[in-house]
Amino acid sequence: MKIKKGVSLIDQHDKNFMYGGKFGGNFIPETLKKPIDDLTKLFSKLRREKKFLSERDYHFQTYVGAPTPFIKLENLTDRLGGAQIYAKVVSEANGGAHKIYNATVHCLIAKRAGKKFIVGDTGAGYAGKMLSMAAKKFGLKCKIFMGAKDIKRQRPNVEAMKKNGAEVVPVTTGSQTLVDAVSECMRYWVSNCDLVHNCIGSTVGPNIFIKICAWSTAQISRELMIQVKDEFGKIPKKLKLINCVGGGSSAAGFWNEFMNTNAEFIGVEAGGPKNSKLHAAPLTNGSKIGILHGAAQYVIQDKEGQIGSTESISAGLDYPGISPLHCFLKDAKRARYTSASDEDALKAYELVSKLENISPSLEPSHAFAEAIRLAPKLKSSEVIIVNSCGDSLKDKDIIKQRLGSYIR
Amino acid sequence: MKSKIALAFDRCKKEKRPALITYTVAGDNSKSNSLKILNKISQHADILELGFPHNTPIADGGQIQGSSYRALKKGIKLKDVFQIVKKFKKTNPNKPIILMGYFNLIYQCGENNFLKNCKESGVDGLIIVDLPYPENKLFARKCKKKFISFIQLLAPTTTKNRMRQIIRDSHDMIYYISMLSTTGGKLKVSSKKIIKNYNNIKKINNKINLVIGFGITDKNIRSLKSANGLVVGSLLCKIITNSVQKRQNPVTNLNKMIYKLKKEIS
Ligand SMILES: Cc1ncc(COP(=O)(O)O)c(C=O)c1O
Repeated sequence: MKIKKGVSLIDQHDKNFMYGGKFGGNFIPETLKKPIDDLTKLFSKLRREKKFLSERDYHFQTYVGAPTPFIKLENLTDRLGGAQIYAKVVSEANGGAHKIYNATVHCLIAKRAGKKFIVGDTGAGYAGKMLSMAAKKFGLKCKIFMGAKDIKRQRPNVEAMKKNGAEVVPVTTGSQTLVDAVSECMRYWVSNCDLVHNCIGSTVGPNIFIKICAWSTAQISRELMIQVKDEFGKIPKKLKLINCVGGGSSAAGFWNEFMNTNAEFIGVEAGGPKNSKLHAAPLTNGSKIGILHGAAQYVIQDKEGQIGSTESISAGLDYPGISPLHCFLKDAKRARYTSASDEDALKAYELVSKLENISPSLEPSHAFAEAIRLAPKLKSSEVIIVNSCGDSLKDKDIIKQRLGSYIR
Repeated sequence: MKSKIALAFDRCKKEKRPALITYTVAGDNSKSNSLKILNKISQHADILELGFPHNTPIADGGQIQGSSYRALKKGIKLKDVFQIVKKFKKTNPNKPIILMGYFNLIYQCGENNFLKNCKESGVDGLIIVDLPYPENKLFARKCKKKFISFIQLLAPTTTKNRMRQIIRDSHDMIYYISMLSTTGGKLKVSSKKIIKNYNNIKKINNKINLVIGFGITDKNIRSLKSANGLVVGSLLCKIITNSVQKRQNPVTNLNKMIYKLKKEIS
């Protein structure tokens, strides 16, 4: 499997919308064919349209806040005594996470499509919170599907959604987490696709949603490219970009502009509790290819093809599948993937929050765990950049319960 | 040679009524009851759809999700589904059975292996919810080679042009989804409107056996009886659910309903 030169990552698919001939596609009910076709055509027009691009840039500048900070983590670097560790503090974006990029772009598209109503799924609650914010800003009615388990464990984000006037629909089927929220949101869209625009919260689902999402989060690496060149004068020879992956939207956006450089990409999945067989790391643990939410991907499943249970302390990473883009990057050997356990993520959260002015949420804490593991083994000429794509505030309850106290 | 599905439609046309097509989930509410249900309702139903359950069914509403969940909880596997079909076919060789489900189960089983099992157990047709045209072409061709009908769906959102292509590439039967909905939704479009859409599709090709499904119950089935066939699914799943809750025999309760539905359209 190979990455084609001169073609952006999201456009590497064939005529059946498959990446590397194996991942992605549109495994969807007939009812959604037309709405997905329409959206595909509209997006392909808009991404070439100057006016739309300047609208996007304007809102990224004035509403999302661009660029988000790029900082050196001096204390962490000193403590670990190896590679220089930096963070791209995407949690400084409006709303507190990278989900704002996808949400903003989807609202702009929905407006162009003449839709007045937008729906979305959420796990950690960030995708939902951001969609509710953007929907409010752009005058769209908003409904968010969220697993009942996640509603309980991500309270602050649920409150934010409600404050923004969104209806939060608890999903009580299956494991009551992100996988069920995405399913229920798709069902709702099947039933209301004539009036409703759907915003899938990550780089998963039918192909067009993967494309829109990764195209939106690519803003992260556009900014980072400039910031890296400013800081080092060029792209450092030995550079590692470490990102957590749930669905994979923040990693895809963090890496996109660096695709043709020699930067090394490391994706960190949720390994789950140390003493549990359950996890949410299909790439690390060798899951087989299957179909989930309309796309072929490596997915946690049993021999028959029933989707498997997952477990992670981080609601945002607690998903059995993974973006077809990451399956492709893995098989093309452009990125490598590993996992961090719940315990490792908690420790990383604690260390970073103690030493630095940032406090990553449990999702990016998985990426920090890998950075902390690697840094001491590397030379001081090497550079690690971690995408700190969420703020710990939403995880206050879980952290307090697990560590006894919460610091930020 | 005509398929058993085509022959079933021929018989119904002679009787000047639509084919009554049922949908139940294999293994709901147990492997043995599921077979008993098929045996019993085949007295009145013309074609039997049998769902092979998936635990992430993105196009199904609460009722069918519930049935699938019950079946999976009882440990139903694909091999059991084929066993049920095989046993049913021993006593009802001419009653057409259509398996319906999601592609991932076929993908994991292997397309060829899956079709071999279909052939051996006597499956007549397949409906794969999440394998639309044109991505389904290769698989549809494999089905045809084995004389298994690959049945495609049309939706209210399907464009005219696309309908033409799908109909051209169709076997024996086509399924028209009555409204924008998952299975089990309340019929939110008037029967008149549905029949109008139905007639427009028939104008593209009058020879196809076109059936209507989604939202059909004993209350509205009569108003749709000009179709070639009518599919009732969620209502039946609900009857099983209610029977389980009330500790009644689902087989008798279902049979009563099928009898009633048949009377409505005869
Ligand atoms: C802060 C944060 N990081 C990461 C993720 C994982 O999603 P993705 O892999 O799409 O970035 C989430 C998802 O909710 C999140 O909230």
